[in-house]
Amino acid sequence: MALRLDIKKTLRCGSCGFELSACFEAEGRSIVLFGPSGSGKTLTLRAVAGLMAPDAGRIELDGRCLFDAAQGLNVPARERGVGLVFQDYALFPHLSVAANVGFGLGRGLFGRLDRAARSRVVELLDLAGLTGLAEARPDRLSGGQRQRVALLRALARSPRALLLDEPFSALDPLLRARMRREVRSLCQALGTPTLLITHDPEDVAEFGGTVVLYDEGRVRRVAAFRDGPEGGDEGGPGACALVLGERFSAYG
Amino acid sequence: MPEILPDFLNGLLLPALVPLGLTFKVALTATAGACVLGLGAGYALSRRSLPGRELLDAVCTLPLVLPPTVIGYYLLVLFGRRGVLGQWLQETFGVSLVFTWQGAALAACVVAFPLVCKAARTAFEGVDANLEFAARSLGAGEGSVFVRVSLPLAWRGVLAGTMLALARAMGEFGATLMLAGSLPGRTQTLSLAVYEAVQAGRDNEALFLVLLTSLVCILLLLASGKFLKLSPNT
Repeated sequence: MALRLDIKKTLRCGSCGFELSACFEAEGRSIVLFGPSGSGKTLTLRAVAGLMAPDAGRIELDGRCLFDAAQGLNVPARERGVGLVFQDYALFPHLSVAANVGFGLGRGLFGRLDRAARSRVVELLDLAGLTGLAEARPDRLSGGQRQRVALLRALARSPRALLLDEPFSALDPLLRARMRREVRSLCQALGTPTLLITHDPEDVAEFGGTVVLYDEGRVRRVAAFRDGPEGGDEGGPGACALVLGERFSAYG
Repeated sequence: MPEILPDFLNGLLLPALVPLGLTFKVALTATAGACVLGLGAGYALSRRSLPGRELLDAVCTLPLVLPPTVIGYYLLVLFGRRGVLGQWLQETFGVSLVFTWQGAALAACVVAFPLVCKAARTAFEGVDANLEFAARSLGAGEGSVFVRVSLPLAWRGVLAGTMLALARAMGEFGATLMLAGSLPGRTQTLSLAVYEAVQAGRDNEALFLVLLTSLVCILLLLASGKFLKLSPNT
């Protein structure tokens, strides 16, 4: 995945305002946006996914221009071909696990699934060990199971890239460590590059790759490491040490 | 007792069946119209991107706050024999809504519309925006997002509004009287029949119609309450 991004966005809510002005270029199987809460990471992710249109700038993914304010180009979210895992998972509460996973494979207005799509859903559920829960509603699932469903739903369409918005923050610490590994291995197995947002140094250690440091709506630094902990001394721990050594204005 | 029964049948019950049937015909037609229009308007008003939506919302709410006679007057001006739309209908289709049950249905529809519209807007605004975002990022077009996500999550609220609209349409009096008049057997619904009976001093008939109307409304409320409770939780 190669991401070139240069965007500006101003948000106003009453008297308070927030200004995002992010510019970076990153390449690799794993890109991590790291920074304190409220530093503009999620806004950047939403811009890449096409859920938010920046006021100005340009976004390019793998050489394809997704947004260009100067040309008036804004590819709709449904045509961007990126998978998205929300912080709260955003599973459809009225649909079963299988229907959630197959949502993106549906054709036409009512999202009918053809035979190939149905077998793809079965295959994916099997991959994540969720076959027994295919007909369950999301509200009956545990946190980890919900995350797996959200992940499968995003991966079902074989996206160009998977965008993860603080995917592990809602899990308890033990489960968090397990899911981190699981998400990584699943994405590696399917060959999908990831763009991860986090404020947890452990996530950076696990995912490594290119780390983009955010602070107060600006990109402070871009540092490239080898992907993941397999990278040895220069890999995960190095990336982790980098973010731990950084002083963010939000933390004083 | 056996002598009273035929009197009751011939004198009160049978004559009351005509306005009762007409009431259902008018109210159901009006509710169907209000449901479709209110659903569309409520969905449109729930979209942040809609320009001038608070003004539009106020216009959509107007029939709820205006006196029914004012609405009736507007409808007469629009759909009357010399009204803009009335003339067009007359010339194009050869129909006139004045003094017809369709006219009564139109009046009831306009009055009931805000109830569906308001309920639908609230219900659609209650749908988590992230779910609609998720559907879009999964390749769904706007129509598909509506059919597969927004509507299934909001239909309960819309249905509750539709039930209120039905109740409102059944009780409609003022606007109907202005546009469709009170012609027995043609446009005289229960509420109009009660008024006529009281005006003419037919107290027994009035009392019977009042009790009948109350009974129908109680049954309707019980049915809708049961229906809403029995439906699967979403």
